[in-house]
Amino acid sequence: MTGEREKGSTTMAMQDHTGLSPGGATATATDASVADGADGADVARDVRLAIYRRQMLIRGVEKRAYDLFLRNLVRGTSHLAIGQEAVAAGFATAMRPDDYTFATYRGHHHALARGAPPAGLLAELVGRTNGLMRGRGGSMHITSVAQGMYGSYAIIGAHLPIAAGAAWSALYRRSGQVSVCFFGDGTTNIGAFHEALNLAAVWKLPVVYVCENNLYMEYTNTRSVTAVDHPAADRAASYGLERIVIDGNDPDVVYTTACVALGRARAGGGPSLVEALTYRHGGHSRADPGKYRPEEEVKAWMTRDPVPMYRERLIGLGVASSELDALDQEISALVDQATREASEGPEPGVSEIERDLWADGGASWRR
Amino acid sequence: MAEVTYRESIGYGMAQELDRDPTVVLVGEDVGAAGHVFKSTVGLFERFGPGRVFDTPISEQAFVGAAMGAAMTGLRPIVMLMYADFFGVCWDTVANEIAKTRYMTGGQVEVPLVIQADNGAGLRMGAQHSQSVESWAMAVPGLKVAVPSTPVDVVGLMAAAVRCDDPVLVLTHKYLYATKGEIPDGEIVAELGRAVVRRPGTSATVVALGAMVPEALRAAELLEAEGVSLEVIDLRCLVPLDVSTVIESVARTSRLFTVEENPRLCGWGAELVSIVAEEALWSIDGPIVRITTPHVPVPAAPVLEDAVLPRAARIAERIRAALG
Repeated sequence: MTGEREKGSTTMAMQDHTGLSPGGATATATDASVADGADGADVARDVRLAIYRRQMLIRGVEKRAYDLFLRNLVRGTSHLAIGQEAVAAGFATAMRPDDYTFATYRGHHHALARGAPPAGLLAELVGRTNGLMRGRGGSMHITSVAQGMYGSYAIIGAHLPIAAGAAWSALYRRSGQVSVCFFGDGTTNIGAFHEALNLAAVWKLPVVYVCENNLYMEYTNTRSVTAVDHPAADRAASYGLERIVIDGNDPDVVYTTACVALGRARAGGGPSLVEALTYRHGGHSRADPGKYRPEEEVKAWMTRDPVPMYRERLIGLGVASSELDALDQEISALVDQATREASEGPEPGVSEIERDLWADGGASWRR
Repeated sequence: MAEVTYRESIGYGMAQELDRDPTVVLVGEDVGAAGHVFKSTVGLFERFGPGRVFDTPISEQAFVGAAMGAAMTGLRPIVMLMYADFFGVCWDTVANEIAKTRYMTGGQVEVPLVIQADNGAGLRMGAQHSQSVESWAMAVPGLKVAVPSTPVDVVGLMAAAVRCDDPVLVLTHKYLYATKGEIPDGEIVAELGRAVVRRPGTSATVVALGAMVPEALRAAELLEAEGVSLEVIDLRCLVPLDVSTVIESVARTSRLFTVEENPRLCGWGAELVSIVAEEALWSIDGPIVRITTPHVPVPAAPVLEDAVLPRAARIAERIRAALG
């Protein structure tokens, strides 16, 4: 009954740009032996390689985005997720291709993890017609419906109810899809967070709320402006939800946690609220050097950088470093190619201004 | 043919769409078994059940946002916000998210939802339950705004709104809820953005909206006895705005009045008048006059509320004075 309107679900696997095979490693996402553990110990080799690849792709594209800022090719603002790759990679690897992702303005990593084309993302950052949103959205609104990336939202808290609504729709259509909604620690103090969690709990919606707690809401330590130590998890009980705090820099832990939460949602068990502890390597946005953070704290977290940590783990588990090197090179070439495609894209003509405000394709408000 | 009240026509229109399209759902506070605070959804819960009609907590950000998420992913929700003043607590969702998402995403996402709200003054409810918010909505690109003045238009515009792939605000006027009208048998579907001439006339064009339409029509009756023939246009929608019908009328009558319930500044009439001034100034023979409430919140006491709202006698008086 909703076939035509259910954008993105049919062609999704065809359009995954992570370079992984359609569906990635999702076969294991519902594997009970994995789902029960949630400590990341039993993750299969192909899953780990898929996670590794996603992390490397995010790191590569985000670093490239930063280079493009430094060259003044990206205007406005942008919020990078360097350091927070594990949350995106772990979750996306556990998700079904037709699941929904909702993210904040710090959302590049989630789009890439779901398989959004890196060239389209970079082209959007530099304001070209071949950008994912044809240049009309920009860095803070990355959306790629074909891969289930249902948007990046730049008003704190706004997307938590929207993600609940996608879950409501999935439940209504009995599609088995789950809606996964990522947000920062700062979001936990706005009303929409609480309203969404209440509604999701009351309606038992298949939605997973994931707080990427990177300790800072913009330039302020979140603990100093929040009534509880764990801004998301310590509020879970208010909505009858389990208190879940995980190491958000350990992709295996993220992945197994995701499997449990997604499985619960799909089985009719309702929402989950996961607090993943992580750290952004840079400042809040491009204008912020992040100097308000104690040096020792930064150093300690840099030793827990999920990208090299995960590489070491894979090598420790017997993956040949040459295999990872080859993968790294492939990603690096992919990022270069994406950069070329982005920079070669035409700038939008002014006719773009009056496109797509309305369903008829135009922007007319009168007759 | 059925005679229904304006109040009943809200549920009548929703039922027509719930019946027709299984992706249509109804959501809001007290919309279920309670039949809504204004009793506008009586019978819908019994007819369509809890799988189609959803009660919510008092949590406008949650349920308006959820309706948006559902609209993005295959449903066509009708949200009942109750008092239109409550747009204030979910304006982020409406103005920043619902209105902008299609445009910002380069057309990837569509948000086919309807938000119905109980708009306007006249029930002695005070400043936070009496506002006319249509001009707020009109100011945000990406929102369509329908304001029906009769039961049959409530049904027809509701149908048009539900079937539209864009977000539409349907603002019903609670002062009209007890009024009655005929609804023909069969499917009723109106067109968004089409004004209607409710009364033809030659002396002046009076453009009105919502509850101001019957007031303008009564004013026209009062002036008829004095030999003044008013043409009354019911605008019906603010977005899309039917400029042509107004300009065609003004070309015949040479004078223009607007009757707006909103406070003075930036009311919809200001926009309409500026367009007429730009495009049809040479048709106009005398001052254009906007009849609005004063630029104050709506007061509660009956004598004060009556004094601020444009009512037939005051409308007639202003027009009489302006026409000389």
